[in-house]
Amino acid sequence: MTDSFAKLARLRRRIDALARPAQAAAGVFALGVESLDARLSGGLAIGALHEVVSQEAACASGLALMLALRSGAKGRPILWVVTDRAERMSGSIYAPGLIELGANPDDIVMVHAPDELAGLRVAADIIGCAGVGAAIIDAGEAKKLDLTASRRLALAAEKSGVTGIVLRAGGSSFASAASTRWQVAAAPSLALAGNAPGQTALRLELLRHRGGIAPFEMIVEWDRDAQSFCAPALSGALLPLSGGRSVADGDRKAA
Amino acid sequence: METAKRPDAPLIFTHKAKNALRIAAACPEALALGLSPGLALADARARVPGVQAVDHDPAGDARLIEGVADWCDRYTPMVALDPPDGLMLDITGCGDAALIAADAVARLHDRGLTALHALAHTPDKARALARYLKAPPLQGRGWGGGCLSASLPDRKNVSSTPHPNPSPEEEGLSIAALELPDDSTKALRRAGLTSVADLAARPRAILAARFGEAMTAKLARVLGEEDIRITPRRVPPALFVTRRFAEPVARTDFVLEALADLVGEAAVALDVRGQGGRAFVAQLYRSDGAVHRLDIATGRPTRDPALVQRLLRERIDALADPLDPGFGYDAMRLAVPVAEALGPAQLKLEGGERGDTDSGALIDRLGVRLGLQRVRRFAAGDSHIPEQAAFTFPASAPPLPLPFASPEAGEPPLRPLHLFDPPHRIEVMAEVPDGPPRRFRWRRTVHDITRYEGPERIAAEWWKRRSMKGLTRDYYRVEDARGRRFWVFRHGLYGAEKANPDWYLHGVFA
Repeated sequence: MTDSFAKLARLRRRIDALARPAQAAAGVFALGVESLDARLSGGLAIGALHEVVSQEAACASGLALMLALRSGAKGRPILWVVTDRAERMSGSIYAPGLIELGANPDDIVMVHAPDELAGLRVAADIIGCAGVGAAIIDAGEAKKLDLTASRRLALAAEKSGVTGIVLRAGGSSFASAASTRWQVAAAPSLALAGNAPGQTALRLELLRHRGGIAPFEMIVEWDRDAQSFCAPALSGALLPLSGGRSVADGDRKAA
Repeated sequence: METAKRPDAPLIFTHKAKNALRIAAACPEALALGLSPGLALADARARVPGVQAVDHDPAGDARLIEGVADWCDRYTPMVALDPPDGLMLDITGCGDAALIAADAVARLHDRGLTALHALAHTPDKARALARYLKAPPLQGRGWGGGCLSASLPDRKNVSSTPHPNPSPEEEGLSIAALELPDDSTKALRRAGLTSVADLAARPRAILAARFGEAMTAKLARVLGEEDIRITPRRVPPALFVTRRFAEPVARTDFVLEALADLVGEAAVALDVRGQGGRAFVAQLYRSDGAVHRLDIATGRPTRDPALVQRLLRERIDALADPLDPGFGYDAMRLAVPVAEALGPAQLKLEGGERGDTDSGALIDRLGVRLGLQRVRRFAAGDSHIPEQAAFTFPASAPPLPLPFASPEAGEPPLRPLHLFDPPHRIEVMAEVPDGPPRRFRWRRTVHDITRYEGPERIAAEWWKRRSMKGLTRDYYRVEDARGRRFWVFRHGLYGAEKANPDWYLHGVFA
């Protein structure tokens, strides 16, 4: 009897030893643009909460989807929580549009929450489940998503290793436990032949980073075929900004 | 029920038929006074001045019968409605038939319902015996009366030859039990054939020649020679376990404990069969006759008691009105309506399948909490109309086989990420009426278009509706000065289909 207990304990230790490096290696995922990843010292954390703030719902959804795809959800489902109100305001997610961004609609499960509170409750469950590839939570106005709620989500993400992406419709000064906060807006694309709109271009602005990385702003394109961000081909589209951010501010006000 | 001024006054229920208020149903006293269904209310008042008349409520009656049918699930899962006021129970293999019948009638009596019952080997025979042998006064819906017919098929008694010697009950059964059209009944009576037994002795071919095949078929069924099974209200479950309590259980923790026992029992039974349940239904029978029903469904077959119990708890938490035990539950049943093959349980030591199963269980749990309709997956639609090219279906349903079209490499996104259904009407300025848009206003904001591509012409599905063809749509992918990309369309070809076509915004790109 004691012999078998000892054996079991040995096995447990071995399994623990095997499991730990896997968790530590969870680390970060690169976004695919060298200069961007260098600034983020490697990429964004896996098993953490990332916030996307935007007035443009489609851009926020797009960025969330791109981050989810980058975070290595391959094969595992991406759960996408939307509230009825958000869906009424900004339209429903369209499967052919998901394909156009490189996602497989079969991997995506839409969870329709009747209101924000119910959405946050199921979000905590989803993020806490290790079988999920990534979770996208459309919190809308995010009136209920305070520091406590976001901390709960962040802890669940840390424990399960699931990357959570929270979408907020507005505001940028609020307390939260998220690892990073991004502001996203559409950026003019590089025109194709005949002045047709080109590849998806987004203006990303890092508002806040828990690791203390200074805010910056950058325009990136999304390459569907490589499932990766890339720098726009046009030189000068990159806006390296530190400290002052005056150009970006001026640009945004003008727009 | 309406409060009566004189409780002993005869009670009748009236409805409007042939432009007059007529009696729909009457209590036994009223029937005894000659107030039979069909009589006009004015005549009834003239005959019995003190009569109380109440509006007949067929929907209420139907609800009552449905409630009793739910309640009868305690005896057998094979319960069928037998209109207008009867229930048919198939109690094959459910225990002692006479005891079940006596118990049902006694319990219904406690609830203030008068029930008549009959036991027979086939449903039609049971119906005939219950309605036409025992209850001549109940004809035409009497007071609170109902018929409970139970059939117990015993194949030995079913013979295909004409009945040689009718049983004593059949002797007394009148031909009304055949429920024939009035003229056929009259013709039979005129021929001196007043009971079913009279008919049983005659050669069938002659009867069929005079009254039609339907009549002999009905006769065979009433005599129990032909056995037509009942169609139960609910599909009988693949498996069910029942627990009856010696006395009603009123505390919720005890109820949950007993439920956990049932889940464990069901899991063992499923394990033996090599199956897992895709749906579970817990029914709690309250002593006052109310039945609480908890439905859960799972995305893949399972027999994990912990999982099923967790789902049941979630279901109880999600109930709009909490479980009210009242005076206590006297029985509960866990049924597995849908079971599918499931191999022997896998050990979780290797951890191989664990991640996958986890997300499946999560989706089940979300479905239970929010409702199955709220957890959805995407499926491709077989149409080129954008809003029909894709749709969503509950994640618990089996996936659909149609694949999505994959985009061409190197192309920018041609379909938006967010789609509005219905599309939003926008005001558009274009240089020429059939040209691309220059500027548009959506949600009180003006967008100046700097880049566009189009039109992508999408015709209506003219092969589906010949009369109303619908308008052709010209889609444009546009980008405004700030880089926001939209999908807009002109509804109708300028000049050819519409003089002044409207514009709509259908989607927004990332």
